[in-house]
Amino acid sequence: MIAVAAGPNRIDPYVIPALDGVAYGLLVFVAAAGLVFCFGVANILNLAHGMLYAIGGYTAAAVLDGGWTSLALALGVGVLAAAAAGVLLAGLLTPVATGNHLTQALLTFGVALAGGSLLVAGFGPDDPQVLVPAALDGSVQVAGHRYAAYRLVFIVVAAALAAGLYLTVRRTRAGMLVRAAVDDPEMVACLGVSPTRIRVGVLAAGGALAGAAGVLGAPIIGPGADTADTVLLLSLVVVVLGGLGSMVGTLLAALAIGEIQTLGVALLPSAAPFLLFAAMAAVLAVRARGLALRWVAT
Amino acid sequence: MRDEVLRRVRAAVATLVLAGLLVAPWVVDDYTAAILARTLALGLVGVSVALLTGVAGMPTLGQTAPYAAGAYASAVLGSQVSDVGVVQVAVAALAGATLAAVTLPLVVPARGVIVLMITLAVGELAVTVLGRWRSVTGGTDGLAGIAGVRPFWGLPVLVTDQARYLYTLVVVATLVGAVLLLLRTRAGVLLRAGRDDEMRLRASGHRVPLYLSGAHVAAGAIAGAAGSLLVVAQQYISPADFGFDTSALLLLGVVIGGTASVGGALVGAVLVIAVRDWLFGVLPGHAPLVLGALFVATVYLLPTGVTRARRPRPIPAPRPPDATPTRDRDVTPELRV
Repeated sequence: MIAVAAGPNRIDPYVIPALDGVAYGLLVFVAAAGLVFCFGVANILNLAHGMLYAIGGYTAAAVLDGGWTSLALALGVGVLAAAAAGVLLAGLLTPVATGNHLTQALLTFGVALAGGSLLVAGFGPDDPQVLVPAALDGSVQVAGHRYAAYRLVFIVVAAALAAGLYLTVRRTRAGMLVRAAVDDPEMVACLGVSPTRIRVGVLAAGGALAGAAGVLGAPIIGPGADTADTVLLLSLVVVVLGGLGSMVGTLLAALAIGEIQTLGVALLPSAAPFLLFAAMAAVLAVRARGLALRWVAT
Repeated sequence: MRDEVLRRVRAAVATLVLAGLLVAPWVVDDYTAAILARTLALGLVGVSVALLTGVAGMPTLGQTAPYAAGAYASAVLGSQVSDVGVVQVAVAALAGATLAAVTLPLVVPARGVIVLMITLAVGELAVTVLGRWRSVTGGTDGLAGIAGVRPFWGLPVLVTDQARYLYTLVVVATLVGAVLLLLRTRAGVLLRAGRDDEMRLRASGHRVPLYLSGAHVAAGAIAGAAGSLLVVAQQYISPADFGFDTSALLLLGVVIGGTASVGGALVGAVLVIAVRDWLFGVLPGHAPLVLGALFVATVYLLPTGVTRARRPRPIPAPRPPDATPTRDRDVTPELRV
């Protein structure tokens, strides 16, 4: 535990939880972004999204051995595996792509149930240990406190990922197509882009993002039997809190969730279990009517 | 003519099922009777899911939240205040209704798949709270050693699995009967009308959000009452009883049974839960895998559910010639099964 500084600065003890909150929030953002895309573009509520993250997490646990090479390998394998799972999911969804959302939700839930079971069968029922690169295993000084180096690096990497995502959606042709598909799928189809390809691409991209979050976030939300559920819940809450509106909104919501989960526990330990719910209720009560479906438009 | 035959067949099947349920405790062993009682309680939650999903057009994955509220209220009440079943069911229903009322601002303004997401988050958060609020819920260890229940003042405490099963059956039958009667009244007609064409109903001066709120609170009360029955049936509860998989299974059962039909939903939910419990018995460790595959297979075999077949006959409505088709993806019409 971090020794509470008895110095004159009263916010001092909360620096570390606040920083942890940023790391947690960015992790949730990268994980949730895939869900936002999937729902916004392909119009599919993907209840198997948490499982895609878990694939990344288990890959990290299996591949990481404390070296940099293994981190690169884990990232490559995890992203590919989760993207492949996304493609598989898109294939499974093909016959019901134009069906109703209930059917899609049930299908993706069935996949999540079976996939989660396969992951536990493959990697064992115990939560595996994750070895971060030895160079990042230590701690660094932050504002007079010791802080895990890995988390600090994670914050930088995840922030870069978030920025990259924003720029991709804003500036590239793929991003433009994605935004166009949200606004007017028929028009995009007229441009010669098949809706099936968009769906496959979006689920693959969502999977890749979730897989990357799973590998990099394994030391923060580690792989285990509950991981898929936890990540799905956090993603849904973030997506709803973000106003179902913008990437920026989603990012802010994710950071808020991160702070609630870490700073909230430090400040109000007895109320902590209820804070997440209270925050969601408060936001939705105020702006529930504003939940317009402008998903990926920034 | 065909309708008349169908109605008779349905009535005959319902009578047979009810008769079978009544004699079941004398045919099966204690363990099975206890499982049956728990399955009936879950079936009642399925009825509340059907009320929201099929009748009101609000597809829900979060009915485990009021269900859990009712179960814990009933358990705490049973061990500290009253062992009278009627009181416990009433308090549990009140707890479920209260929770549903608290979540109204989240659920009622949303439509379609957004409701699925919000209710799912509500249900999951409820489980999180249950797991952490140790002083009341016993945390993830759950509450055990819950005192026996006496159905009514002056009656003996139920000690056998058979007796507890019959108690569950009577309460479920009463509540389902009440729901069926209620749906035949003006309230049921208005709910269905709102589901089928909200704009028209609003235009004719009806306050649709008010009806949806009523349905949501009523469904919460039913799910809460089911929670009380779960406590009686298994005499032990933990957050694991109210997980995300339970919500999804119930929704699957309701879709299979036909979302618009309350009786069908009850049968579907009971069927799905029974298959799950049976699978857990015969395939220890691999049940989720098989269950997931069954889910996928069911979706393929019943892409639109049995729901479409069971839809009540549409009433031909004259449409204004200049009616513009709605492009609002938020209000996906096909979701209003």
